[in-house]
Amino acid sequence: MELSVNDTPAYLYTGGRPFDRQLPVVVLIHGAGHDHSVWNYQARRLAHHGFAVLAPDLPGHGRSQGSPLPTIEALADWVEALLDAAGVVHAALAGHSMGSLVALQTAAQAPARITKLILIGSVAPMPVAPPLLEAAAHARDAAHGMINQWSYTPASQLGASPVPGISLTGLNQRLMERQRAGVLANDLAACNAYLGGLDAAARIAVPCAMLCGERDQMTPRKAVKPLQEALAKVPGGARMIVIKGAGHAMMAEAPDAVGDAMRGFLTSA
Amino acid sequence: MTQPKTFGPETLALHAGQSPDPAFGARAAPIYFTTSYVFPDTDHAAELFNLERPGHVYTRISNPTNAMLEERIAALEGGVGAIAVASGQAALHLAITTLMGTGGHIVASHALYGGSHNLLAYTLPRFGITTTFVDPHDPDAWRAAVRPETRLFFGESLGNPGLDVLDIPAVADIAHAHRLPLLVDATLVTPCLQRPLALGADLVLHSATKFLGGHGVAVGGLLVDGGRFDWEASGLFPTLTEPYDGFHGMDFAEESPIAAFLLRARREGLRDFGACLSPMNAFQILQGMETLPLRMRAHVANARKVAEHLAAHPLVAHVAWPGLASHRDHALAARLLPDGAGSVLSFELKGGRAAGRAFIEGLRVFSHLANVGDAKSLVIHPASTTHFRMSAQDLAAAGIGEGTVRLSVGLESVDDLIEDLNRGLYAAGRVVQG
Repeated sequence: MELSVNDTPAYLYTGGRPFDRQLPVVVLIHGAGHDHSVWNYQARRLAHHGFAVLAPDLPGHGRSQGSPLPTIEALADWVEALLDAAGVVHAALAGHSMGSLVALQTAAQAPARITKLILIGSVAPMPVAPPLLEAAAHARDAAHGMINQWSYTPASQLGASPVPGISLTGLNQRLMERQRAGVLANDLAACNAYLGGLDAAARIAVPCAMLCGERDQMTPRKAVKPLQEALAKVPGGARMIVIKGAGHAMMAEAPDAVGDAMRGFLTSA
Repeated sequence: MTQPKTFGPETLALHAGQSPDPAFGARAAPIYFTTSYVFPDTDHAAELFNLERPGHVYTRISNPTNAMLEERIAALEGGVGAIAVASGQAALHLAITTLMGTGGHIVASHALYGGSHNLLAYTLPRFGITTTFVDPHDPDAWRAAVRPETRLFFGESLGNPGLDVLDIPAVADIAHAHRLPLLVDATLVTPCLQRPLALGADLVLHSATKFLGGHGVAVGGLLVDGGRFDWEASGLFPTLTEPYDGFHGMDFAEESPIAAFLLRARREGLRDFGACLSPMNAFQILQGMETLPLRMRAHVANARKVAEHLAAHPLVAHVAWPGLASHRDHALAARLLPDGAGSVLSFELKGGRAAGRAFIEGLRVFSHLANVGDAKSLVIHPASTTHFRMSAQDLAAAGIGEGTVRLSVGLESVDDLIEDLNRGLYAAGRVVQG
């Protein structure tokens, strides 16, 4: 569906079910250079099991109009504006990679609105390797190649895909190519520049799950620890869920395990 | 700076799409000879049907062995995915019916495999889908043939049997200027000699029966989606951009902006028309693909020697193989097929039909049959077999003469092949001399 957010048309995928704001709302925020389609299976899973799903294309991405927003803070403001535009008072947030920083920042600046938080493939801060920043700005194809190599496990790059007949890395390559010029460079620069993640985490006081790919090279398990520890006010502490065998692109590599973890966490007390 | 690793075609041909069997560790591709798959519980079943989970429900729609084949060809072609079907003809049919219905129109090269020409010229018009055939070398002809209802450009990498080289970048540019996709039949080149998606094509099909299998034991087809064509931006493809009542009211381009075509083709065309591939055939084609890069190099090397030998023979009027400087598309082949112009070639015997018959009957190593792309060398007389339904005018338009002989040069010792051809040429010579 389409909504006007800050007077600019924004596209939202609702998981194959009409959006019903009377149901518990969950917002799924994609990562750098991506769009809503990275959430296909998880969005459909939640939408068919009692949730109202909003998986936006962030500004300037996919079908959403406007320019890509240059900072994580600006993206968090946009998510708040999206909730307003959708008439949503309370929502759970889930984000992947860059989207996880947006979710974290949104939850920190709008604590009364956010009920639960799911951070997928998340670290804070999220420094981006200089060669990748450089390639994203000046040699997109090379940047796409690096992201594919570092986001998917060797088994995913060469072996069988969970989705019959689909090449996961081929699909991701084209999805990144489909985004407008400058989008990936903008997004990676926003990740790299966001230094408020640990402070934001310290203000989170709602249940939080962290999904980490067992073989994630982009945001490896060891690097997740500072963020997990900073989430000190989360009741019971942030729950770490390791997605077995998966890399950074875990929604694609392990769609069932990620869907199970998200649904389980969102339906738990 | 760390450079991303990309796998070479030899590695992809052996590994892409197949992980060691998680149940027993089998290294070879298991044949999942099953029609259906047990659901752990009713919720799981519903989730599979609703596309909340990926997975297999029924082998007509997907099968684990077929998926290995699909992912392997997708990796080799540089596509986002593929669908395995019962034959190359089924792949062409699936591509067309996914993109258009009655009233749809196709612009196609006139240098096509006879079966494809038959489908487009005679069979599909009965269902309201028509085709305009054009000279593949004439850009203006492609442009002029476009109508408001056109939905697809179609050609062969190497036009069978005249061996015309399709200028994929040029034809793709024309298609894209009209917001249309280009489908290329790459059967005669395989991804080892040409990757049409990298040259601008949007969809690629193969008769996997030919070089991909290479053994001549299994019929199969593959349809690969490059994932670059923006169906939504084109605005000409409601089958992909509007809700489909036949599958959860799904708008396929909304669901997957990149793989919408494959989604609809599998969830409608494969499901409803039912031209699925047997997992046994998928396994056999996978076995062939493991050695595809090695075989294609050897095919090309043999084809070059055979072509050069025939071209120098006094009984041969003309040899059509783009690897020869005499071929009209030689320069184009050097650009688009730098690793070789395949191993199918045709030549015109002096002495017409009678000489052709004597030639074929004089051969002992070449097998006289209606196929190409086998590891064994094959020979046929198109005018009386593969293209027999075509009128004399259509034959001429496709570059086929009455004395045209088509060879599919195999992997035998090339000296044995040349000796065999000499045997046939001697027999033909006796006819010519009376």
